[in-house]
Amino acid sequence: MENQEKGKINKVSVICSKGNLEDVYAALVLANGAVMDGKEAKVFFTFFGLDAVIKKRMNKLQTATVGNPALRMPNGARMPKLLGMIPGIQKMVSNMMKKQMDELDVPPVDEFMDMITAGGGEVYACQLAVDMFKVGKEDLSEHVSGILTVGEFYEKAAGEGAQIIFT
Amino acid sequence: MAQKTLAGKNLEVTDEGYLQDFNQWNEDIAREIAREEGIELGDEHFQVLNFLREKYQEGANLTIRKVGKSGITDIKGFYKLFPGGPLKKASKIAGIPKPTSCV
Repeated sequence: MENQEKGKINKVSVICSKGNLEDVYAALVLANGAVMDGKEAKVFFTFFGLDAVIKKRMNKLQTATVGNPALRMPNGARMPKLLGMIPGIQKMVSNMMKKQMDELDVPPVDEFMDMITAGGGEVYACQLAVDMFKVGKEDLSEHVSGILTVGEFYEKAAGEGAQIIFT
Repeated sequence: MAQKTLAGKNLEVTDEGYLQDFNQWNEDIAREIAREEGIELGDEHFQVLNFLREKYQEGANLTIRKVGKSGITDIKGFYKLFPGGPLKKASKIAGIPKPTSCV
């Protein structure tokens, strides 16, 4: 209520369309940050972002070691392009990222979603992506409170001081 | 900076109402800040407040996750105890600075 008076953000709907570890984390940090602040928050996973709500995959997301020019090694030097292609490197780099995030109290994806839903945030999957990837309802994490079409998403995202963020 | 009278004491607070000096804090001050936030403090609230004060003194970066793992309450419970922004509200009531963490 106080936020409304000041013309602030009251509600955040985040769309996550990518399944890289960092893209999913960005979406979850934004949503969780909103919940922590007493704002309404919804996260909508579509296309490759759907991996973040597929039970078997959500805690195994990786960060790209190929085609990621900003990726650096622990000494600060750029990651050589060919090194990123070696089998196992992407997994190793991803695990290092996860470890560093955990030290900052950024939890694994499933626990992060526990935090968001515990605070009243909602997680949704995209109907089109579910159909396209032939994902069954039983494959989705229990955090998902529904599979939505675009129209349904916009209905849920509507409101005074509501913002939609695409990552 | 602002001055505020809480529980009969004149205290330095930030513009948002966080205590400047956490040593000036006592349970009566906590109750009064909580009332302004619409919260009536019980035992569980004080356990959380003391946990936050302890962790703050240790220099820890305070997060909702830490409270969830404290053994006092889980994250859902934390949101119930301090509705609408648990970490910020609890920090304010605990007399410690506004949290700076993103998680």
